Formats: sequence, structure tokens, C-alpha cells
Amino acid sequence: MTKIQTPAELKELAATLKNAPRPPVKLLVSMGTCGIAAGTADVLKAIREEVAERRLENAIEIVEVGCMGLCYAEPVLMLVDRESGKRLIYGDVTPQQVPAILNAGTAGAAPGTRTLERSWYYPECEAPAPGELQARIVLKNTGCINPEKIEEYLMNDGYAALAKVLTTMSPEEVVKLISDSGLRGRGGGGFPTGRKWSLAAAQPPGEKFIICNADEGDPGAFMDRAVLEGDPHSVLEAMAIGGYAIGAQTGVIYIRAEYPLAVKRLEIAIKQAEEYGFLGKNIFGSGFDFNIEIKFGAGAFVCGEETALIHSIEGKRGEPTVKPPFPAVSGLWGRPTIVNNVETYACIAAIVRNGAEWFRSIGTPGSPGTKVFALAGKISKVGLAEVPMGTTLRKIIYEIGDGIKNGRQFKAVQTGGPSGGCITAKNLDLPIDYEALKAIGSMMGSGGMIVMDEDDCMVNIAKFFLEFTLDESCGKCTPCRVGNRRMYELLEEITSGRGTMDTINKLKMLSATIKDTALCGLGQTAPNPVLSTMSNFEDEYLAHVQESRCPAGACTKLIHYEVTDRCVGCGLCLQRCPVNCITGERRERHLIDQNRCIKCGVCFMACKFHAIEKR
Amino acid sequence: MSCQCTNEPACRTRTPEQAEKYNELERYISTIPLEKVPDRKRGYLIQILHKAQHIFGYLPEDVQKYIAERLKISHAEVYGVISFYSYFTDKPVGRYKINVCIGTACFVKGAGKVLEEFKRRLNIKEGETSGDGKFFLGSLRCVGACSLAPVVMVNDRVYGNVTAEKVGEILKECTD
Repeated sequence: MTKIQTPAELKELAATLKNAPRPPVKLLVSMGTCGIAAGTADVLKAIREEVAERRLENAIEIVEVGCMGLCYAEPVLMLVDRESGKRLIYGDVTPQQVPAILNAGTAGAAPGTRTLERSWYYPECEAPAPGELQARIVLKNTGCINPEKIEEYLMNDGYAALAKVLTTMSPEEVVKLISDSGLRGRGGGGFPTGRKWSLAAAQPPGEKFIICNADEGDPGAFMDRAVLEGDPHSVLEAMAIGGYAIGAQTGVIYIRAEYPLAVKRLEIAIKQAEEYGFLGKNIFGSGFDFNIEIKFGAGAFVCGEETALIHSIEGKRGEPTVKPPFPAVSGLWGRPTIVNNVETYACIAAIVRNGAEWFRSIGTPGSPGTKVFALAGKISKVGLAEVPMGTTLRKIIYEIGDGIKNGRQFKAVQTGGPSGGCITAKNLDLPIDYEALKAIGSMMGSGGMIVMDEDDCMVNIAKFFLEFTLDESCGKCTPCRVGNRRMYELLEEITSGRGTMDTINKLKMLSATIKDTALCGLGQTAPNPVLSTMSNFEDEYLAHVQESRCPAGACTKLIHYEVTDRCVGCGLCLQRCPVNCITGERRERHLIDQNRCIKCGVCFMACKFHAIEKR
Repeated sequence: MSCQCTNEPACRTRTPEQAEKYNELERYISTIPLEKVPDRKRGYLIQILHKAQHIFGYLPEDVQKYIAERLKISHAEVYGVISFYSYFTDKPVGRYKINVCIGTACFVKGAGKVLEEFKRRLNIKEGETSGDGKFFLGSLRCVGACSLAPVVMVNDRVYGNVTAEKVGEILKECTD
């Protein structure tokens, strides 16, 4: 493979690739982790067999893509007619449906299949089109191109931003551009990226590092995985741009070992970029050298914190240290180091291509650009959505996510993962950005949105998040190690009906102390879920301690199941009960042995006569 | 490349099968340019541990000492890293590694009940291996397949939309 030496050569290559003859119809198959888990591989096999059998190789181009964001309907296929631009999206595809889908082509939906609305996904342009809720900057290529083929990235302006930076801009100009764009760290903190870069750039020349934080640890957030699996080159290109801006020649991607597919695609991408000369020595003849290596995490949430992450790369326990010194001054191996999140990097190339003004025109003045949210929990359409900052939660949850599953009542949405808080119905119309979320006691976090309905007990949810922090606490500082353990025990008292008003007061006091005294972000934010549920759902806490009652019926120690006189004695619950604690003759009212009942709720769900009540 | 260890008594008592595993580990370590970065060797520790756990299934004390020796760091430092990260284990695990996802999305959809059911049926706690060495039960935080919540992973296979009732079926599928 010949190396690309100049921007002109890159342009020519992109044009040649674009103009190469292609089959008239493109078939996108979503091969991200959740697609594969849902059975896309079998569907792909069926497609390949069908195409080979009917000799459709010249009529249909099969493209394996990353996550399309339509996780609720995986396996997902999309047919695109190249000439007319017409699209058809199929969801819940089975291998049996494949022949019918290929038969119908782009003319119309195949009978017996489920098609999906386009509005959920796919504005091709980078700016929000009128009437479209989503704008795709970060996810521009994700779910659209084959991540294992660099050529597809090149056809979509790939590495053009790097060429522009290296041949026409000085490092100072790059830093200024990013500062002017107002881009803020998408990992959660929202620190201005430009300021971080300028701090590192101001350090005396010498060895410097640029790190990509791909240790996506927030449970329920999977946008970074989607980008790495669907568009790995966008991250590599941005890291090289950042390296040039701050004077670093080595990039390190720190990725979770739980993401094997993302690792594989990154490795392929790095190799391809090296072959074309976009990584390596003397890139675009500019004299700038840049290499990227991959380092693995090993399952520690705290390693998302930048100082902890750096220690982990150095092969140590991933414990955070006090800042300053900031990594930008003294980071990896004591050298100036920049740590940015995957989603932040995915914005960089677009900013370079389109300018700071363009980026500022999207989103809100304080938080320009877009944000990717991972919708999960009790929402109808689980998936990824990228919206301009300032979009309201109502639009995201009800218009993009199609509301709450099974027609239940919306109760709260949790953002910011274990460090965040919950947002209630009264704030649904708030345009969200970093400041707005902070003002209502939550935070942006990495963008996970867990929707909860009336069946979720908020005390239990707070306990769940605290248990998570407890698991992940590194144990270095006492407030986090001991304080959070004690908070967990207090919550345990409440959910098991042993709590008193004193328990609640103690919780409040302890929360304040931990917030003030813990060493790093993990500990300082650990009480957030407790504080936020307490202020928004105080009545639930009171019901637990004053009436020994769980309003949502979720705290198993406070509920019990009873067979009422509606029971016809069909015996279904008796068969289903996993611990055989239900007795009763046929056609007679059954009885649950409360001492042996494990409160799993199987009988409650199995009963066709609503004869079992939860109290 | 054969094993480079100086722990002679332990080395001599290894079965041929074990010795082959050590050789495989050594072959991996020898591909790493350790000597190029003498003061930064430690940076390779975590990836070597990943490889070793892949080869041995877990990280026995002997292997920990071997790696410590190769990187010229103390055994305590290696053990410190192993005990810090949840991915590493120094106890043998069952042939079927059952991991229940208890990330937030799975939790609100009832992963807790699924985990309880596994515990009850296998009669082991989280993080333990059953007496016959067949099952290991663990939990993990979010595999990123939130649309299929609650999710259970058995080795590399993902089961989606699991309920307490389906636990029996999953266990039945684990036949040697």
C-alpha cells in the first residue's frame, strides 16, 4: 500500500473511492455488541447465503456496520437505494425473513416484517435539520460505514481534518480553534477541552502523552463503545490532531477489557492507519510523528478518573491522587499528559473541518455541540440518541424514546450514573446542558439515562447506586471506604423496615461529610443519588420508616404475597413456585407459606385470575 | 522459548501440561520489548496478567511470582494489582462462568431476582465456584447490552431478557 504524503493525494484517493462503481442497493447490517448478542450474526449468514444463491453480488452491497442506535429492535437491517436515497429500516429481523426482505428490495416493506421509523435515526447532515430531533456529529459514521475498512472512512472526509491541521495550521492555532469552539469534556465533568490542551501545550517541549479514556464504566452508558465499534478512525484522527496541538508523539487508548469487539476494531483501525501513513513517522510530510498504543483496564470503575487511569497504565493499582499537579503538567510517567473521553475526541475532526463558529451554532451558549445519550431502563425504545445540547428531557424520553414501557407512569430518570441524581417529572421540560443538570442536583455524566417507572422504589435505587460505589471504592480514603459503607447500612435498615427518623437524619449528615472530605470524584459524588432521591421523594423514605411500607412494592422485606378468594385453584402458581411453598388442593384456594416464600413474585405474575396480591 | 524462572523447586514439580502453559506465557512476554523501557517495564504488568489469566484460567501464586520475577518487581506489588482489579482472580473458577449483569438497566428490570435464583439453585455465593468445579457465579457491571436487560453471560454467550424462571433452563444448557 502506498502511503499518502500530501492532502492532494488524500483528496484524490477519496474521490477515486467515491466514484468507484458500486451496486445500486446498500444493505447495512448492524454488527455491534448488542446486535450480535441479539442474533445479527445468524441474519448476516442468511443474507450472505441468499445473495450467493441468487447471484445478487452486483445488485446488493452488504456493509457490516456498528451500532445504529436502534438497540430496542436488534437485529436491525437497513436498505438504502443509492440513486434515490430511499431507505427502509427493518427491526427484529430473523434469518427466516431474509429472503422476503431481499425480494422486496427498496420498493416497499416485505410482508410479515417490522419496519422502523426513520425520524429516530439518520440525519445525514452534521447540523440539525429542521424537524429532526437528532443531530449527528459524534455518531456521524457510526452505524453507517464499515468500521473495519478505512476506505469507507476516507470516503466520508476521513483524515481530511488531520491533513488540514498538519499542513496549514500551527499547534497554537489548533488549540485556539478548540478553545473557540467551546467544546467541553464529554466524560462528565464538562471541563473545557481547549483549556486542558493549552495547559499541556504550554509545558516545555519534550515527551508528552495524549490519552483516550475509553474506560466507559457508568452502568447503562454505552455510547463510547458504539463509537469505538462503529467509527474507530474518528478517535485515532482526533488523537493525532491533539498530539500535534500539544506536542505529544504518543497516544494511548485505555480501554475496558469488557469490550473485546471494540478492542479488535481499534487494532484493525490502527494497523490500517499506519499502512496509509496517517499514523507513524512524518505524517503528511509535515515532520510530525505520532503512534498510538492500546492499554487494557481490568474492571475498576475508579479508573475513569484521570489520575487513577494514569496509574493503571503505569501498571499500578488504579488509585487516584490529589490534584494539582494536574496531569497536563505531570501525568503519565511524570510527563505532561492530556486525558480526554472518546466522545470528546469524536467531535474534534468535525470542528476542524467546519470551524468553531459552526460548532457554537449548535447547542446552548454555555455547552455548544451535541450530546449522545444512552436510553435504557423502562423506556420503550432503548438505544442511542444524539441531540443538540439544550434539548428537553421530554423530547428525548417521549419523542425519541417513545415513552414508558407498557404504558406505565414515568417516575424519574437517572443521569450521571452512580455519581448523578434523579430528575423528576417536574423538570422534564428543562433544556438540558451541563449547568442545568447541576442546578437540579444531577449531572451530565457520560450520558447514561436510566428511566424508572412507578414500580421502582427510589430508596432501593439509592441503595443500588451506593452498593456500586462501595464495590468500586479503592479504599484509600476513609470517608469513602468507611462512610459509604455506613450509608449503605443505614439504607439497608430503611429498606428492611428497621429505619427510624433518626436513620434519615444520620444519612443526611453523613452525606454532607463525605461530600466535603472524600479524596476524589468517586467518593465526593457517592452520596448524590441518596441526596437527590431524598429531596425528590421524601415521602417514599417516610413511608418506609413510619409505616414500614414500600410504596412501589419493590423492597422485598416489606412486602408479602397473599392468595385471595379469587383463587380458583388452577394450580399454576403451585407448579411455578421455585421453592414449593404454595400448597392447596385442585379447585380449592391455595396458600402461601410466608416463612418459606422468597418473594420472587413468580406466582404473582403467573396467576391468570389476579388472585394473588402484593402487600 | 522455555520458561525463565529461577524458582527451581516449583519448576521441577510442574506437570508437562503446566510447563507448557508457562512456556506459552513466556513466549508472550518475550514479544514485549521490556528492555527498551527499563524504568517503565511495569506498564506491561496488566496486559501480562490478562494473558496469564487467559492461559491458566486464574492467577495462582506461582504464576504471580513468575511474573514478578520477569518484571523485576516484588510479588506483593503484583498481588496488590491483582486484588485491586475485579477482572483478576487468584482462585480457580468453574468451567461455566455465569456472570449476572447488575448494571443499572438490568437492575431496574429485575437482575437482583435472577442473581438470587442462581445463588439458590447452585447453593453458592457470588464469587464462588460450585463444589464440583462446574459453575462459577459472579456479577458484572454492564456489558453494554442494555436493550436485552436483564442480561446473563455464561462464558462468552449472552442470554437476554432473563427472568428467575429461565434460570433453570440456562443451567440445563450447561452440559459437558
